[in-house]
Amino acid sequence: MGETVADTIRELTRQHIADNNGLVLGQCLSAVGWVQNTVPAQEKGIEELPMTDIAGAGIAVGAALTGRRPIFILRFQSLIWLNASPIINHAAKTKALFGYGCPLFIRASGDEGNSMGPVHSGTHHAPFMYVPGLPVVAPMTPCEYQEIWAHFMDHDDPMFVSEHRISYRNSEELADQYDDGAEITIFAASASRFQAVDAAAKLRQEGVGVNLIHLVWLKPLRIPAAGIGALKSCGNGLVLDSGFEVCGASRSIAYDLTHQTGIAVHALALEDRSSGVAKNLENISPQPERIVAKVKNILGK
Amino acid sequence: MTKFELYSTGLRTATLGCIEGLESEFSAEYSCDLFRRMCVSRSFEHRVKKEVDAGHVTCLVYLSLGQESIAAGISAAMSDIKPWVLGQHRAHATYLSFGGAPEPLVDEFLGLPSGCGGGMAGSPPIHDIDNRIIGHVGLIGDQVPVAAGIALTNPGDQITCFFGDGAAEEDYVLAALGFAASRHLNILFVCEDNDLSVLTPTKTRRNWQITDVAGSFGLETIEITDDPWLIAHWAGRLKGRPALMNIKTCRDTWHAGTGNDGPPEWDRFQLTKDVMVKIGLSAEAQQIEDDAKVKTEELWAKRLQIQSAS
Repeated sequence: MGETVADTIRELTRQHIADNNGLVLGQCLSAVGWVQNTVPAQEKGIEELPMTDIAGAGIAVGAALTGRRPIFILRFQSLIWLNASPIINHAAKTKALFGYGCPLFIRASGDEGNSMGPVHSGTHHAPFMYVPGLPVVAPMTPCEYQEIWAHFMDHDDPMFVSEHRISYRNSEELADQYDDGAEITIFAASASRFQAVDAAAKLRQEGVGVNLIHLVWLKPLRIPAAGIGALKSCGNGLVLDSGFEVCGASRSIAYDLTHQTGIAVHALALEDRSSGVAKNLENISPQPERIVAKVKNILGK
Repeated sequence: MTKFELYSTGLRTATLGCIEGLESEFSAEYSCDLFRRMCVSRSFEHRVKKEVDAGHVTCLVYLSLGQESIAAGISAAMSDIKPWVLGQHRAHATYLSFGGAPEPLVDEFLGLPSGCGGGMAGSPPIHDIDNRIIGHVGLIGDQVPVAAGIALTNPGDQITCFFGDGAAEEDYVLAALGFAASRHLNILFVCEDNDLSVLTPTKTRRNWQITDVAGSFGLETIEITDDPWLIAHWAGRLKGRPALMNIKTCRDTWHAGTGNDGPPEWDRFQLTKDVMVKIGLSAEAQQIEDDAKVKTEELWAKRLQIQSAS
């Protein structure tokens, strides 16, 4: 197995500290495996913040304003609600209000299943997509992570990086897939991308051709021209995401695609309910069976 | 208790913590400079008020009238260094006293693209990064943890962070004070304590003193009135270490806008003029006040002309 996403994040971080006088801030970074082995096990450049979520984000903003290009780590993305104010009100607005950037790299680690329950599971990039001045990305492969890191270093904007723990052990790249005679084009974001790959394989086994487009840039939304062309050709679209569906990223992107192409694009993501710790009460990314059923429903099969 | 005497009485008086004859320990030049800083801010604020009342400035303004001595005293004490300055939402006096460029400040109120916020920001987020003045985003106390982050990553620099007695109650402000004490960050926190959060007095909101809380974190603290010499005296001694000054002061005008609810508890500007007379600087004080008014008029006239031409 090659370099995983976790390896990539850890090495980029190590280089940032060594070469750029970079800084990593977060709570309990050294505890329990250095955030899933994504943080280099070292003291230099690692700032353990006190358990103060709002102030912690503000401290990270301050560090970003004076040039350290800090990496601010949220071990559980579902706790972002506490950290949100300095990110939204200061980091994202700095350029509009003051004319200079606040280059803060926000690593928000999503999770689901594993009996994590209603508070420690979930991905919540959608509310941050709503905020002007804050690019939102969801890299799930090593190369994607390297690309978004390079973008961050070349620009002075903050960046909300919606990670997912499911991706940390992934070492494979996920290429867009195009089928001749495809009946539907699926656009997938975050951890739902892994499920979408399996779902596409199942659909093909049942004789349904599928295009699969992987979304990394959620805001600004970046979709290759070929992906839009594929949607127009097949006339059916579906957007998948690992956040909540109602008022979430999947519906927002589906709306954009619908207006861009004139094709009614559907959405499928987490159900509108809190996740429970019991297995039967979990609320996770759409699984292949659910995706297949949704596609068949759209296609009238 | 810190090594400094801790005044934690919650009292509000025009003489709280005053040291008899302190003004005489400063040179005439220093006293004139202190008074000049106050006059620059005060004449500016009066002109802002005039333009708001005339309808030429339409954004919400948070005037420093009555509180000018705090920025004057702190900035004078730090005139030998180049601190990072984080003001609160009521920051016109802070901006001007620490050397912020006046033209972009006026232009911001006039909504011109040459404003320090390009016309986007208005009164609270005024900033001048070239002079290390960081803008406030308008969210109460937001600047306090940001100041801690700047101090963390710039350990050789002095950081000065202003906030109000209302912001002192924000959980993230208290957490940032604790962080600064724990990391021994070089920040002087200045609480401009006008006893009002909009119109709600402190005693209605809490039963504790910020100096007690900050002191328990390990910050060196002092609680004094807004006499400019007294402020400069303590700021000079507290800079270079994590410390907090709670300074009792009086806001002349409403929380936002130009109205007022009667005379303030004390008139620090008049009290300062009285001291200038007492120490034999009466003529100098009058000249300083007159000069500030003239320069302010010239400044505004020029910027209004630019606005009319644009």
